[in-house]
Amino acid sequence: MDDEPLFRWSWVVSNWDNDTPNSIVNLLQAHIVMAGVPTVLGLLLAVPLGVACARWRWLYQPTSGLMNAVYALPSIALFMLLLSVTGFSRLTVIIPLTLYAVAVLMPAVVDGLRSVPEHVRQSAVAMGFTPTRRLVRVELPIAVPVVLAGLRVVAVSSISLVSVGALIGQGGLGNYFTDAYQRDFYTPAVVGIALIVLLALVADGIIVGAQRLLTPWVRARRSA
Amino acid sequence: MITFDSVTKRYADGTVAVDQLSLEAPTGEITVFVGPSGCGKTTSLRMINRMIDATEGRVLLDGTDVTTIDPPTLRRGIGYVIQQAGLFPHRKIVDNVATVPYLLGWDRHKARTRAMELLERVGLDTKLAQRYPFQLSGGQQQRVGVARALAADPPVLLMDEPFSAVDPIVRTSLQDELLRLQGELHKTIVFVTHDIDEAIKLGDRVAVLRVGGRLAQLADPKTLLSQPADDFVREFLGRDRGIRRLQFVPAGRVRLADPSAAAGGWRLVTQDGRPRGWRRGDGPLEPYGTFVPGRDSLRTALDAALLTPAGCAVAVDAEGRVVGIATREALDEALAEAADG
Amino acid sequence: MNFLLDFFGDPANWSGAGGIPARLLQHLGFSAAALALSALIGIPLGLLIGHTGRGAFLVVASANVARALPTLGLLVLLVLLLGTASVWPVLIPLVALAVPPILVNTFEGVRGVDPELRDAAYGMGLRGPQVLGKVLVPVALPLILLGLRLAAVQIVATAAVAAYVGLGGLGRYIIDGLATKEYDQVVGGSVLIVLFALATQGLFTIVQRLTVSPGVSQRVRIPR
Repeated sequence: MDDEPLFRWSWVVSNWDNDTPNSIVNLLQAHIVMAGVPTVLGLLLAVPLGVACARWRWLYQPTSGLMNAVYALPSIALFMLLLSVTGFSRLTVIIPLTLYAVAVLMPAVVDGLRSVPEHVRQSAVAMGFTPTRRLVRVELPIAVPVVLAGLRVVAVSSISLVSVGALIGQGGLGNYFTDAYQRDFYTPAVVGIALIVLLALVADGIIVGAQRLLTPWVRARRSA
Repeated sequence: MITFDSVTKRYADGTVAVDQLSLEAPTGEITVFVGPSGCGKTTSLRMINRMIDATEGRVLLDGTDVTTIDPPTLRRGIGYVIQQAGLFPHRKIVDNVATVPYLLGWDRHKARTRAMELLERVGLDTKLAQRYPFQLSGGQQQRVGVARALAADPPVLLMDEPFSAVDPIVRTSLQDELLRLQGELHKTIVFVTHDIDEAIKLGDRVAVLRVGGRLAQLADPKTLLSQPADDFVREFLGRDRGIRRLQFVPAGRVRLADPSAAAGGWRLVTQDGRPRGWRRGDGPLEPYGTFVPGRDSLRTALDAALLTPAGCAVAVDAEGRVVGIATREALDEALAEAADG
Repeated sequence: MNFLLDFFGDPANWSGAGGIPARLLQHLGFSAAALALSALIGIPLGLLIGHTGRGAFLVVASANVARALPTLGLLVLLVLLLGTASVWPVLIPLVALAVPPILVNTFEGVRGVDPELRDAAYGMGLRGPQVLGKVLVPVALPLILLGLRLAAVQIVATAAVAAYVGLGGLGRYIIDGLATKEYDQVVGGSVLIVLFALATQGLFTIVQRLTVSPGVSQRVRIPR
């Protein structure tokens, strides 16, 4: 391997869209699905859970303890334990990543809701908001920046974690890592790392953009 | 004595926080720096213990330029109290108070004994010694802050808005406590506040600073109230400056009359020589107000008169026995006299 | 369940170089070495940056990059580049990914200390290193320990993944089991890795309780 360059452009060209399951386009697509589904699903699950924990305080301690433990579970172990249930399918990767997403986002939702200043809550009550309306119109919007900060972490780390799935053949772009190792060939590893980092940057950028659109007041305050 | 000798603090961006400040804070007295925000009062204070260094001029501590002393050494000899007390959350109260003695290398037992002594001195239950700061109220924390500043018995005490974050009732009691302590300890204190009432209450001398860090006036409170140097000081002292000034006019000047001199048919009801209330005809007993002529100010006497429907203040001796009354006319005379100077 | 009985019931799995005790020790030794190295880099750097306020952008950047970098890709690339003659090709990515959480949390912990507290400490005549050691570190300790815990859990997981590129330890059961289709090995190894990660998490919780002042954790009842 002494003369082998780190990167061969010809490999990219011939693998770009070559009608095999392992073409760059196909793996990129698979990667986006396996990282995107847990991120979105995690958010959808974390919001009601977080709202419940913010409302019934006694729920918070045990739930956050559980989330802490879930977050500590190594992804490789979870993938393997799920193998006997879901087999070598995308689900085996998507389910654990969804769990991680909830583990990060649920506390973020609770923190976000707790960041609503008491005087804001009180004035919403005084103006006659019902609890549900208050939640949807006042408290959740104020919680958005904290939740989106959590979502950035989730999206980026999901994108990077998907690649571990390569060990069971479901790693999206991570499949290039096992490919590179088995063939003693740098280029797929370099391309895989580069595309995954790029994908993470793009996802991060999209969420930052969404945050600007959703919370115009944050930026207005900063520029003032 | 602390001397400011043409001290200027200019920041890199060109802002001047303190401009050519020259004044003296005499030994054993409380000198208060007061002024609106941006007047450089805190900056001036912090130049004494070198938390900030002056750009020009010198700050002298008993004749020694502070910039010739290594900051940590300098600071260990100067007590420092700040707004939120700044207690170390990870240390028990007793160890917080003993911070500087530990730094100075006192042995543990001596430092802790001293700390316990100081807790008592600032009016805290020594049971609090084993607690952590978060377990104390704001007022209690502030007392610990004062005890901590006093721990190594420094001759100089710097206090930067120490009572601003507590509620008015606690603030008053902390102020009274400080005056009581100062009566015993005679420290050289520099005290920063934005509250003119606090300045007048605590200061032996009050330095009023204007925005941009220039000294507007340096005087004792009485002179400040009667002869403000300019419109800025007059405005800063506020519209009730005249009433405040009365607290420096002794009530002993008020001409006293016999209780029977009360106008409007009011009769002073007494028991064992002590006042019980005012009554007119068969009406109910109405409240009364008292002052001690040799001790209280004209302001107290005026207050005492305004609090009762009879319009007279009851003069009592130190034991609370009636010695006479101050009628409205007598108070008017005293006010006119005070206005003349 | 059968997998577990097969795996843990097999006496061959309890002795020798491939036995559970030996692999557990391998995993432990490698993880401890990586954590120590990461702490040696991350804690002083975080303290320095947090205390002086210089270089804060480095911290944020390193955290983002570390989250996006795929561990498996990094491991494969370094092993391909450097060979497997020494442990460094495996140790470097482990440390590179574990330093950022330590660095970020140490930095945040020190920076988050109330400025009044810092002011009081200097005002009483503590010198720079004393302010750091006697005030900033004890107050920031919960976050410093959080950083160490996140790093430790991450190292334990990554060390398992590193079995793919030839590292010993508990990950071997998974990689070897997948290769030979002995799923009792895969499941047994996964369970061991999960237990190991949870034990690591638990250990840090205990250390936290023992070392963080009750005045900081506010975990003390008012004595009567």
